[in-house]
Order: sequence, then structure tokens, then C-alpha cells
Amino acid sequence: MMAKTKNNLLANPFIRDYGMVFMLLLLAVLFSFLTLKEQHPTGADAGRQVAERILKQSTGSANVLIVTRDIPEDIAFADAAAHRLETGGAKILGRVAGDASDARTAIESIIGEGKQIDAIAANQVTSKWTVYDRFPTVGAAKCVVPESYSWPDFLKVSNLLGVANQTSIYAIIAIGMTMVIITSGIDLSVGSLVALASVVTAILIRDLGGGTSAGFLIVVVAGTAGIGLCALAGAFNGLLVTKFQVPPFIVSLGMMMMASGLSYRLSGGRSIPELPSSFFWLGGGQTWGIPNPVLLMIILYVIAHIVMSRMVFGRYVYAIGGNAEAARLSGVPVKLVLLTVYTICGTLAGLGGIVLTSQLSAGDPKFGLMYELEVIAAVVVGGTSLMGGQGKIFGTLIGAFIIAMIKNGMNLTDIDPFNQKIVLGAVLTGAVLIDTFKRRGGGK
Amino acid sequence: MNSVLRGNKTPLLEMRGIEKSFPGVRALKGVDLTLGRGEVLALLGENGAGKSTLIKMLGGALQPDRGSIRIDGFEVTLANPKNAIAAGIGIIYQEFNLIPGLPVWENIFLGRESSKAWIGRGEERRRTRELFELIGVSIDSDALCGELSVAQQQTVEIAKALSQDVRLIVMDEPSAALTPQEVTYLFKIIRDLKQRGIGVIYISHRLDEIFEIADRVLVLRDGETVGESSIEQLTRQRMIEMMVGREIQNEFPKHHHTVGKARLTVTGLTRGKSVQDVSFEIRSGEVLGLTGLVGAGRTELARLIFGADQPDSGSIAIDGVQTKIRSPRDAIAAGICLLTEDRKGQGLILGASVRQNFGLPNLPRLSVYGFVRERQERQAFAGYVSQLKIKIPHQEELARNLSGGNQQKVVLAKWLERQADILIFDEPTRGIDVGAKYEIYLLINELAKQGKAILLISSELPEIMGMSDRVIVMHQGRITGEIKDVAAATPEQIMELAVAAT
Repeated sequence: MMAKTKNNLLANPFIRDYGMVFMLLLLAVLFSFLTLKEQHPTGADAGRQVAERILKQSTGSANVLIVTRDIPEDIAFADAAAHRLETGGAKILGRVAGDASDARTAIESIIGEGKQIDAIAANQVTSKWTVYDRFPTVGAAKCVVPESYSWPDFLKVSNLLGVANQTSIYAIIAIGMTMVIITSGIDLSVGSLVALASVVTAILIRDLGGGTSAGFLIVVVAGTAGIGLCALAGAFNGLLVTKFQVPPFIVSLGMMMMASGLSYRLSGGRSIPELPSSFFWLGGGQTWGIPNPVLLMIILYVIAHIVMSRMVFGRYVYAIGGNAEAARLSGVPVKLVLLTVYTICGTLAGLGGIVLTSQLSAGDPKFGLMYELEVIAAVVVGGTSLMGGQGKIFGTLIGAFIIAMIKNGMNLTDIDPFNQKIVLGAVLTGAVLIDTFKRRGGGK
Repeated sequence: MNSVLRGNKTPLLEMRGIEKSFPGVRALKGVDLTLGRGEVLALLGENGAGKSTLIKMLGGALQPDRGSIRIDGFEVTLANPKNAIAAGIGIIYQEFNLIPGLPVWENIFLGRESSKAWIGRGEERRRTRELFELIGVSIDSDALCGELSVAQQQTVEIAKALSQDVRLIVMDEPSAALTPQEVTYLFKIIRDLKQRGIGVIYISHRLDEIFEIADRVLVLRDGETVGESSIEQLTRQRMIEMMVGREIQNEFPKHHHTVGKARLTVTGLTRGKSVQDVSFEIRSGEVLGLTGLVGAGRTELARLIFGADQPDSGSIAIDGVQTKIRSPRDAIAAGICLLTEDRKGQGLILGASVRQNFGLPNLPRLSVYGFVRERQERQAFAGYVSQLKIKIPHQEELARNLSGGNQQKVVLAKWLERQADILIFDEPTRGIDVGAKYEIYLLINELAKQGKAILLISSELPEIMGMSDRVIVMHQGRITGEIKDVAAATPEQIMELAVAAT
């Protein structure tokens, strides 16, 4: 009771449950502020915008030259601009996709034909070329560029999706880790299981399916086998923890070494890149504009949240972490639940390994190195107590994103990697400290 | 020789007016204790009478609030265990302080090794052998302590005390873990200590032993000295009366149960030394009291019936049908529930809400396809909250924030919802205020009226006698007697069985 008043800020249920979300938003605001910059639009949208401006400033049909570099987003820009200009009644004199000398050649030939250039559709880069001023009838003034605006690098959709994509694998593995830690256990083997799943799946695809020419079925079978092996490894961890009462730390430390050794042995320490393109859909593809790994992560989190908060199994997991003996004496099948939890953890580590393999287009025994620590950090920052019995699935997701955001933000603000490590370590320590204070605030 | 030593005017140890309070409890209310040289003083009392508190003061683990301790007439302050050893006091606790992986001689000299290790080894070995010769035992001084029998380990503890030049030794239930032969061996050593003028304070519940070894008896009750006498002037009857002492008030609701058929039949249940060949039955509508001293095997028996531990042999029948119970889950499925003695450690998940605690054993019924039906759970619990008058601000309150009485009611609620037919209550009123106690008694009667079979385990004789239809008493893992007519029984009778006179 006395301790409650002492730390009542942290004991406050609102802060306790939503403090992490608040922290995440605060970080987002901070990094948005720090990475605020002049942004120059590119791509199709920018192309249409430039076309509109040209059509507006010229009466009747304007003669337009489109000047871009030879890169995909500039091509998209040129295509969209050309399309809009033509439908608006303007005349396209030519399209340049290259460097300044290409532009010069094009302008020379247009002038040679005796035509007049009313406007040049350019972007931020091509408008800066000095080539236009060589021609008295052209001049840089005729360049029309998309309007620039202020927007944080951090908040760019591409950046945010990139962060989400990179975090998704950690976050997926962290679901299983959260469950394990809620039972007051730990699983250090997840990083090695990522490598094991990656190597086993890649080898099966290469040796059974013929590598790059492998059919879809064999890809599915190989992926399932990789995940299945990790599920078995998780079950083995669970068995040792329940049946033989070996501390989870030791059990999973052993498994970590064994799984890592096995993946190096199977692969001969080499990367296995012979994978079919159908395999890359999982890690590299998109559905409804969202990268598939992110979508998979969201689906798994929703399921895990329902299991842990609405289902009997979740109740049992929390009960075991809170007081295993009391749970057993209340009829909870403690061993079965623990076995299941470790199996889930292994399975999700295996799934993470498959997604990573797909993202990086190769199986590799070096994958997953130190993932266990990243994942445990996400769980702890997300407010799950290492003492067991407390924690929320979505807390872990937030924890994973807090860490990812700090990393991304520090990259964008050019903080050097050594300092980044120091900051991340401090964040983790801080999270554990907060947990300790919460514990004191909440009672004994 | 004894008379010569005792003739010395100043006693070896003199404790005067010792008082000690803990938050909410006055553990000692002015206790006097005197011990002469070469004397064995038996310290008696029920559980909670204040014996341990007194002993801890001699060991320097606790300090008295008031009162003085004199040794050889000089006042001493025992601020820590080191002081106690320096003052010549050795304490042999029930749990030995030996390191199993170290040899005997190292254990004896642990923490005060000779400064020059390479010389010390031989020296310490030699001294260990001498010590054993002195007390006339043959223990290999190089054996690992973990390989010794309990009695031998105890001897090592005594030798360790002697090596520290103690003047008096306190033994806290030294015979509890010993076989009769080993007790004889222990007594031989104690007699030897007496010969050498060492005073012994001997704590035991076994009255036979006290008559055999003690010179004088001091009885404590509720933190006070209630009697002191030389052994020759005491009868066993008088000794028990002094221990039990208080009158039994009518603080228990009356009950008239109609007893039906046998619900639970236990036959020959055995697990190691803690439960040996226990057989009894409980009938429908019956409250069977089970009592005995701490360590008699009551809780162990309850855990066997509930499947929390596995018996070596014996069987359990429910409603006349042999039932295999391999786990608490099996027991719950068979209609047995256990209200554990250790409410906070085993009965509740303190960090979870009261509703979740309530739901835990009932989830199979309160769920569909693995999904918890929280609304039903809430409603069911709300019913018990009003029925049992559980005082909670809301159902999400954490179990740890409740008072003992309310915690116990939450545990009760979770088992009542299970609608078990056989209820084992292990010390249901321990640490609970009087009002809540009475409500629990009423509930026990109500359950019996509904035809449930109830096993009520308690150390409190008034509670056992006031609530039970029949009482069985355990001692050292065995049932030493049954009292069918509780109304006609006396506490002395039960105490007699609990200390296993016959």
C-alpha cells in the first residue's frame, strides 16, 4: 500500500497499459521533427502534376520536351506526364531519358527541325542541368518542375513500410517469445532456429525441386519441413523443461548451439541462393500495397492476441507464469501448456526463418545471428515481465517497433552505429527498470 | 557429578523477562528461563507458543524488545549469530546447515579455516577425529556430508558446535527426523554432553523422550511461561494440560449433520516416511477432523489424495469406485478439491485478478471451443461475491491486494463453483480474522448439509473439536487414533494421540 503511493505514476493503470503506445508516438514525433526536409516528388504523381502546370500556363497547344534520367521512377514520371499532356492537347516534341548530353542532342535536333520549345517537363535533378542555357530560344526558365514541399524523411510511406518490413520478422518471432516469457521461461534458441529453417528449406528446394526451377508444391513442402523441424526443436525444449525440469535458459542455450551447428553442417557454411522466383513472393511481394511479411505479422498478432486474451489456453499461460504450483493445484495441465508454448515459439522462429530466406533470396546459416537478443529486447521493452505472469501480445509489437524506430531514426539522423548500440542498450535497461518500478507500485 | 556442577550458585544461562513483539503479535510476554551446567531442560509448548522466537534470540537471529540474557552471571548482547557463538551458544536447527558436497571435516571448520591452508588440512582432520572420539562416535571425517545418514549429519552439527567450545547447546526437535535407534544414539551423545557440564535445551513434542532425557521442563503457552518443574514431579497428564491450557469456548456454530454413505475411502496410503499406511473414510454429509502436530503428515496426506504428489502405495475410492488420481486435474475431475494450507503460495495467483483466480479451475465449463465466456464467468463470480460477502472493489482487483479472509473466500468461491463433492480444507482459518472465520465455519456446515464430504485439517484443537463429527489424529505419518464421539472427548485426549503416547 505504501509503495503504491510512492510510484503512483507508473502504477496508474492508464500509464501502465498505454504508456508504451505513448512512448512510440513520442518517438515518431521526435524523429519526424529531426528528419523534416524539403521533399521533391518523383514518379507518376509528380509527372501528372507537372503536366497540369504546363497545360495551365500555356494557352492552346504547347510544344513540350520531357527530360528525365534513365531510372524507373523517372520513366514513370515521363510516362504519366506524356499521357496527361497529350490528353490535354499539348504536343510532345520528344522524350529524353538519360543525361545532359542526351538532352542537348534532343534540343539540337528539335531546333534543327525549326520547332519551338514552349516548356520542358523536368524534375528536380534534370532542371538543374546547365545545357538549356546554351540555346537562346530555350533557357532554364522554360523548365517546369514538380512543386516541392516540406515533409520528414521518417514519415515517408516508403520509410515507414521499410521499417515495418524489417521489423516483421523480429516481431513474428517475438510472439512466441512473449508467451514463453509470460510463463517465466526464456528461449535463446530462436536465432539459431531461424538459420536452421532457412538452410533446411533452401537445401530441400535445391536438392528435391531442382533449385531455381522448383515448382510451387515443392516450395510449400520444403517450407513446411523447415518450419516443422523448428517446431520439433521447440517441442524438445519444452519436453526438457517440463519432464526433466531443466532450467529453460540452459535447455535453450543448448538448442541454440545445436541448431546453429546443424545449419552450418548441412549447408557447409555456404549460402544457398538456388531458389525459384515463386519463393520470393512471401518476403518480397505485396498484397493491397502492404509488404507480405507485414501483413503476415499483423494477422499473427491478431490471432495471438485473441488466443492470449480470450481463450482458455491464454489464461493458462498467464496462470502458469503467475504461480505454476497454484495453477497446477487448480487443475491447469501445466506440462502440456508449457510444451505447447515452447513448440509455438520454435514454430514461429522457423516461420521467421522462411520469411527472411525469401526476403534475402537465399538460405544461409549466418541468418538469425543475435536475433534471440533482439527479440527478447522487444518483449521486455513491450512491458512483459521476465518474472512471468504479466505481459501483453500487442505490447511486444509496440516494443519491437520502438526498437526499430529508434534504429531507423538514428540512421536517418546520421548517428554513428557505435552510439546507436549505446542508446539501444540504455533503452533496454530503462525498460527493465520501469518494469521493476511497476512491480513495486503494483504491490509486493 | 551433576550435583556438584549444579551446586555452582550462578546458573549457566539466565533469561529474564524476555519480551518480543512482531507487527500485530506479542510473541513473548515476559518469559524467564534458567539453565544449569550439565542440565537438560525440555522446552515444551504448542505450535506458536513462542519456542522458536526464544531460540532465535539465543542464536542471535532476533533481539528481545525487553529483558536480559546472562551467561555465567554476565549480561550478554547477542546482536548476531557471531556473538552467540562467541558467548558459547550452539544451536542445532531442524534444517542442518551442512554443505552436502563437502567432507565432514571441512563442514566442521567451515568459515574459520586455519590461516595457512596447507598446514590447516591435517590439523583440522586430526581435530575432527578427536571430536568424534570425544563424543564416542565413529564417523569417517573424510566422508561427504551428503552421504551421511540424518543422525550422522546431526552428530556432525553437534561436533561442529563442540569444536566452537560451546557451553550450551539448543536442539530444536532433534529427534523429528530420526529412527528410534538413532534417537538412542542421540541420547547417548546428550548424556555425554551433560557429563562434560554442557547445558542442553531440548525441544520436542515427544513426551516419552522428555521423560527419558530431561532434568527439568519449561512449558510455554501464548508467549508466557505457564509452568516449570523438575521432571520427577510431573506426570504426562499434567504436562499435556499445561500445554493445552486454555478453555475451549463455544465459538463454533452448532451443527447436526445427517451422515450418509461413504464418499471417499482411503486405503493404506503411503508415501515415504511422511505418510504411512493411512486408511480412513469420509461419508457424505460428514466433517472429518484431521489434526496432529506440525510435520505429522497431514498436509502431505491431503496432497496425496488430491494427486499433487504420488503415493508409493495405497488406493483411493470415490463413492465406492476405485479411482486412479495421477494429478490435481484428475482429482478435480473426480470431484475432489483442496483448499491449500499455503493460500498465497499455492491457493492463489497473487498477480492475477480475483475473477481470473476464480475462473481457473472452472474454465472447462466456462468456455466454448476454447474461448472463455467472460460474461458467464463474471456473473457466476458476482453470485459468490454477494453470497460469501467477499469485499472487493471490482472483479479485476488483484488477488494480492485482498485481506487474508477475502483471499480465502475467493479460493472458496472457485472451488464451490466446481461443485466438488469431496472438499479438503487444510488450515482454512489460518491467519484470518474472527468474523471471517465464523463465516467459513457456517459455510462448512452448509456444505455438509448439502451432503458433501469434508476433510477439515487444523492444528487448532478448539476448531477441530468444534467443527468435526469425527476426528482422526496423525503422528509421524501414521494415524494414531480416532475419536468418534467428539463431544465427549477432551483436548488432552487428542494431544495425547498427537504426541503418540501409545
